[in-house]
Amino acid sequence: MNLHLMNLHLETGSHPGDPVINILIFAAFVAITMIIVFRASRNNKTAADYYAAGRSFTGGQNGAAIAGDYLSAASFLGIVGAIAMTGYDGFLYSIGFLVAWLVALLLVAELLRNTGKFTMADVLSFRLKQRPVRIAAAITTLVVCFFYLLAQMAGAGGLVSLLLGIDDAVGQSIVITVVGALMIVYVLVGGMKGTTWVQIIKAFLLIAGAAVMTIWVLALNGFNLSTLLDSAVATAGNPAILEPGLKYGVSDIAKVDFMSLGLALVLGTAALPHVLMRFYTVPTAKEARKSVVWAIWLIGIFYLFTLVLGYGAAALIGADVIAAAPGGANSAAPLLAFELGGPLLLGLISAIAFATILAVVAGLTITAAASFAHDIYASVVKKGNPAPGSEMKVARRTVVIIGVVAIVGGIGANGQNIAFLVALAFAVAASANLPTIVYSLFWKRFTTQGALWSMYGGLISAIVLIALSPVVSGSESAMIKGADFAVFPLANPGIVSIPLAFLLGWLGTVLDKKTEDPAKQSEMEVRSLTGIGAEKASSH
Amino acid sequence: MGNDALHTAEATGTDAVDFAAIQETPRFQKLRSRHRRFVFPVLIACLAWYLAYVLLAAYAPALMATPVFGSVNVGLLLGLAQIVTTFAVTTWYVTFANRELDPIASEIRDEAEAAIAASAAAPRHAASAPTAEESL
Repeated sequence: MNLHLMNLHLETGSHPGDPVINILIFAAFVAITMIIVFRASRNNKTAADYYAAGRSFTGGQNGAAIAGDYLSAASFLGIVGAIAMTGYDGFLYSIGFLVAWLVALLLVAELLRNTGKFTMADVLSFRLKQRPVRIAAAITTLVVCFFYLLAQMAGAGGLVSLLLGIDDAVGQSIVITVVGALMIVYVLVGGMKGTTWVQIIKAFLLIAGAAVMTIWVLALNGFNLSTLLDSAVATAGNPAILEPGLKYGVSDIAKVDFMSLGLALVLGTAALPHVLMRFYTVPTAKEARKSVVWAIWLIGIFYLFTLVLGYGAAALIGADVIAAAPGGANSAAPLLAFELGGPLLLGLISAIAFATILAVVAGLTITAAASFAHDIYASVVKKGNPAPGSEMKVARRTVVIIGVVAIVGGIGANGQNIAFLVALAFAVAASANLPTIVYSLFWKRFTTQGALWSMYGGLISAIVLIALSPVVSGSESAMIKGADFAVFPLANPGIVSIPLAFLLGWLGTVLDKKTEDPAKQSEMEVRSLTGIGAEKASSH
Repeated sequence: MGNDALHTAEATGTDAVDFAAIQETPRFQKLRSRHRRFVFPVLIACLAWYLAYVLLAAYAPALMATPVFGSVNVGLLLGLAQIVTTFAVTTWYVTFANRELDPIASEIRDEAEAAIAASAAAPRHAASAPTAEESL
């Protein structure tokens, strides 16, 4: 199909591709993964099976699952779209998501695997007072998961408008409900094992699909990156798309705002609860290390693909056409698929994008459910002595509740800025979780008061700054139109809330008259580095 | 093992391990300092390198726009260099950990686990170990 025809096609408000093909391919994905999830679930007997997949995955498998968990629809559709629309700045944005993994590799993954059991709170409360620290860690876990879930569910709504030709709010709400219901079934039946397999399959499909399109785009340009860039510039009629500044350099505020976003991405990744929980699904710290290595390679290669796809979309489709398409910037990757391989490739890429949302949402849900059942119900409410089997019963009920909340929230958030919701989740994770993770692993003197000040201080400051930002009020694209209480000029709170949380952790500790049990500190330090007494894989 | 038990010490028998004593041994001190002397400087260097890249993009766009070959400019090459250094540091750390950290860590762990096995073999001792370990 030539560009002119496509242009016409979009302007008349119809959709590229065939919704029937899109739905059939997606249904095939759901059917295959459901069979795998049901088979995987037969061994779900204990909490370690349900939350941590019996700790039986290899480093390679878990690395693929981490990539599947981490590369959300915001990464795939969002970054390709950002490069297609704003050129270099989209690429600049993607780099932070990769560099962030060094924090996870060097500081967190292995030590966490050695000391914890199921959740982030296991590690944070190891040598501090159980109840208050566990409650705080569970709250920050639930908040991060909630924002991330909202982003994914809102993304599902936007995606269908583009891919299935469903424009009205009722139709989109039905699709969000279907996505939520599928996710509940996956997580309820499959637990962590089923979730992991969905993520592995999705990572494979996503990376393979992106690879095919990348090679295709490069082949059209004689496998010469410079030729591709030239044709992107020719279509855009603007050489500035090869330079930084189109999005994050438009004003001094925008520059600082991007610094703030970059800080949240780099420091938030290693503190995302659903990423941390994945480290418990492998048998040893060495396998946790291998998982991160696999994840870094897969994610890094994927962002190389998105660079080519973004400029490919800019060259072959053009920013104007993308902006006018339903879904806007998010439609760059699907439109490129259609341009390259017609309705069939579009159907495949659309199904992969849906699978992406499903897999990420499943990972978030099991993390939130584990945190509620393990940290709040079993450890705090039942004081570490729940009736046999009751913790998993609570976890499964929580899955259903979270699923319903995600559906309702997703319908409510439909149309909200997805990239902003994802950035908010990273900012909250970096502010509320990372300082306490680092302090409790590496600072002997750290106390309960320091942890609480840092976690609540980071959480509250990040959310309050967002509420007072131009995203919520006082700008044209604000959530609350007409009102203006935006006293904080940045859309990203990280540059203030992250240093503040580190400061509060230090201050809370040095002002604390109480000290923690030194025996617990010895135990945590020795266990974290040696793996003595680390949870073993369960054998079936 | 498994089920809903939250009593890690009970399940893994770590009561038989004197962690404070292990922490004091020169061998553990060596492990800890090797780990910290690698991860802190390397991570700080990587974050500084990323910060430098972001600052250049924000405040030196003209430099970033300088073409190097064809239309490929400094900015694109620096971005690709971020990806390459991330891969390189990952490989470097794995090599370091396999060679410098894992042998010491598994030595300490094997000895401690032998002690756990020995205490499990002596039931009277195991029975007297405190079981009310706080949940982990």
